[in-house]
Amino acid sequence: MLNINNLHASIEDKQILKGINLQVNPGEVHAIMGPNGSGKSTLASILAGREDYTVTDGNVLFKGNELLEMSPEERAQSGIFLAFQYPVEIPGVSTANFLKTALNEVRKSRGEEPLDAMDFLKIMKQKAALLELDHSFLQRSLNEGFSGGEKKRNEIFQMAMLEPTLAILDETDSGLDIDALKIVANGVNALRNDHNSFIVVTHYQRLLNYIVPDFVHVLYKGKIVRSGGKELAMELEEIGYDWIKEEMAENI
Amino acid sequence: MTPNTNTLSDTIHSEYPHTFVSDIEQEIAPFATKTSTQEENLVHSENSILDEIVQSEYKYGFVSDIEQEIAPKGLSEDVVRMISAKKEEPAWMLEWRLSAYRHWLTMKEPTWSNVHYPQIDFNDISYYAAPKPKKDAPKSLDEIDPELREVFNKLGIPLVEQERISGIAVDAVLDSVSVATTFKKKLYDMGVIFCSMSEAIREYPELVQKYLGSVVPVSDNFYSALNSAVFSDGSFCFIPKGVRCPMELSTYFRINAKDTGQFERTLIVAEESSYVSYLEGCTAPMRDENQLHAAVVEIVALDNAEVKYSTVQNWYPGDKEGKGGIYNFVTKRGLCAGVNSKISWTQVETGSAITWKYPSVILKGDNSIGEFYSVAVTNNFQQADTGTKMYHIGKNTKSRIVSKGISAGKSQNSYRGLVKINKSADNARNFSQCDSLLIGDRCGAHTFPYIEAGNKNATIEHEATTSKIGEDILFYCNQRGIPTEEAIALIVNGYCKEVMNQLPMEFAVEAQRLLAVSLEGSVG
Repeated sequence: MLNINNLHASIEDKQILKGINLQVNPGEVHAIMGPNGSGKSTLASILAGREDYTVTDGNVLFKGNELLEMSPEERAQSGIFLAFQYPVEIPGVSTANFLKTALNEVRKSRGEEPLDAMDFLKIMKQKAALLELDHSFLQRSLNEGFSGGEKKRNEIFQMAMLEPTLAILDETDSGLDIDALKIVANGVNALRNDHNSFIVVTHYQRLLNYIVPDFVHVLYKGKIVRSGGKELAMELEEIGYDWIKEEMAENI
Repeated sequence: MTPNTNTLSDTIHSEYPHTFVSDIEQEIAPFATKTSTQEENLVHSENSILDEIVQSEYKYGFVSDIEQEIAPKGLSEDVVRMISAKKEEPAWMLEWRLSAYRHWLTMKEPTWSNVHYPQIDFNDISYYAAPKPKKDAPKSLDEIDPELREVFNKLGIPLVEQERISGIAVDAVLDSVSVATTFKKKLYDMGVIFCSMSEAIREYPELVQKYLGSVVPVSDNFYSALNSAVFSDGSFCFIPKGVRCPMELSTYFRINAKDTGQFERTLIVAEESSYVSYLEGCTAPMRDENQLHAAVVEIVALDNAEVKYSTVQNWYPGDKEGKGGIYNFVTKRGLCAGVNSKISWTQVETGSAITWKYPSVILKGDNSIGEFYSVAVTNNFQQADTGTKMYHIGKNTKSRIVSKGISAGKSQNSYRGLVKINKSADNARNFSQCDSLLIGDRCGAHTFPYIEAGNKNATIEHEATTSKIGEDILFYCNQRGIPTEEAIALIVNGYCKEVMNQLPMEFAVEAQRLLAVSLEGSVG
C-alpha cells in the first residue's frame, strides 16, 4: 500500500529526514515512536502533503502512484487521512457541513453522485455513536471552542466518516485523559480491517496499550534506528529513549 | 440640532464627523468567474499555496453595440437643462436640478474615507447616454428594441412577463434611462406604482414633489448634490396604505456607454401599514477607464410600514492589475417616519473598484426599527469603505447592524458605522456586530465604529471579530479532500450565513454563487 524509499526532507535548509525506508501493507498498524524532534511529525506532514518541507531525495509510492507528485486533496481523495496534532478551528462552518462537503468532494473524485442529506445524516449518526459524540456537537462550528480532547475525538470521527485506506494519527494521544484515550482507541479499533492501514505516531507507549500495533519503529535524528513488534514499545516505555541516544553516539 | 422633519438635514450630515486622510496606494483590480477544475489542480505546484492566483474573468464585461445618444462631456447649467429637456420635465424639476447644481459648485469632494484614487475630472464625464429611440417610445414590452432585449437576456434578466420570474417585477435601466418595466399593469391594479423615475415625474408629480429629497436633501453631500443635478433615471415605487406588495420589485442597472457616469435616483414610499421587498442588481462592461456611479436612494416608511431593500452589487471591479472598474459613490438612506415602521437594508457588495456607501436609517417614529446586514468582499486591488448610520430619534427605537467584511488579494476593506442616539430617544437599543475575514496576508481590514449616545437610557452593544483564512486552514480542508477554491467558498459562506439568510431566496442562491466567484483566485 505505502512504500517509502530513502526519503530525505528539509525545512529551511535544515535536514530533518535523512533516509526513511518503510513499507506498510494492507491491514497493518505501524507505530512510529521516538524522542521529541526526531522527525515523526515531519514524516506525517510530508505524507499528507504539507508544503513547508522540501523533499531532497527518495520517493514514496502509494497504491503504486508517486505520492509526492499529488496535491494534498488528491492524496485525501485517494484514501490518505491525517489526524492532526493541532486541528484548526473554522468559525461558521459546522462539523456536519464540513464533512458533507469533504465526503462529497471525495465521492466526486471517484465519479460518484453526492450523498443526499438523508443518507448523509444516517451515516453521520452511526459514526457519531462510535465516538460517543452528541448530535449537538456536530452542529457546532468545526472545533471552535472545543476542548483538546473534543478536537481529537472529532479527528477520529472525521476519519470514521471518510473511511480512508491509510490513516496517519499524529500524536492523537497527546492531551487526552484516559477516558478520552479509550474512546479514541475504540473508534480506531472498530475501523481496523484487512484493507486499511494505520500509521500511529506517538511519543508514549500508553496509546499502544489500546491500539495494538503490528510493528513498532523508532525514529531518531531523521532515521528509523530500530524496528520490531509490539514488545519494542513496551521496552521503550521501561527504559526510555536515552539508550538509543547513547548507542547512536557510540556508533559515531 | 433639534430633530424634526424640516431640519433633518441639519441633524443628519452624510459626512462623517471625523475626517480621515488615507495614503493607501491606489490601484484597482480583477475579479473572477468560474475556472476549470484543471486550473484548480495546477494550483498546488509551486511555492506556498498563498502565492498562487487563478486567472478568471468578469462574466458581465461585454459591451453591447447599441446606437446611443450621448451628451458631450462636461457639466454646466446647459447640460442640466439639456437632461431635463430630454426627459420633458416640468419647470419645478428643472429648478430643483439647477439649485442642486449651483449648490454642488460650492462643495468640495470628500476625502475622509479610507480609499484612494486619482482626482476625478468631473468635466471629463458625459452625464447622459441613452439608447437612440428607433421609433416612438415602446408602448408595451413587445415593442422593446430587440437589441436592448438581448442585452438584458445576456445578463439573465429577461424583459418578459414569464411564468418563471412571475414573482419578481423588473425595471431595467441601461445607462441613463429605464428601458422597460415588467408587471406594471398587475401592480397598478393593486394600487402599487412601480415605474421609472422619469415616468413618475411626468405622471405622479405631486408624489415625487412631496418625497424627492425629503430623506436625502440636495445639499446633503457632494455626490448627492451632483446626483440631484444630473440624475438620469432610476425606479419609483409607491405602496399605498394597507397594501402588501404581492411580488418582489427589482431594478437592474446596467452601464454600457463609455466615459459616462450613471446617476440613478430611486425613491420608495411605503404608506401606512404597507410592505414591500425591493431588490437591486447591477453590472457594467470591462473597460480600462474608471467610470463613476453616484446614485441616491431614498426610502420613506410611514406608520406600521415595512420596507426591505436588498442589493447585490456586482459592478466591474477593474482588472487584476487594478486598471479600470467602477467608482461606486452612493448615498442610501431610509426614513422611518411613522410609529412601528421598519426599514431593513441588506447588501452583498462584490464589485466596483471603489465602494463608498453607507445605507442609513433615521429612526424618527417611536418604536421604529432599522436594520443593516452587509457582506462586502474586496479582492485584488479593490477598495471598500462601507457601513451604515443609525440615527435614533424616536422612543423605543431599535437598530441592528451585522457587517461581514471579507478582504483578499491586495484589497482594503473598511467598515465605518455611526450609531447616534438623540436626547429624545428614550430606551433606544442598538446591537452591532462587525466581523472581518482576511484571506492571505496582503490585504487589509479596518473598522471605524462611531457611537454617540445622547440619552442615558440607551443600550448599545458592539461586538467585533477578525479572523483569517491562512494556509493552515486551507491545508486542513485540502487534507480532507476539499480543493482550495471550494474550501474558501465553504468558509466564506459559513461566515456570511447570517446576512445571506436575510436575502430573498432567489437572490440568496445567486449571491452565494457570486461570492464564490468573486473570491476565486483570491489566494494570492
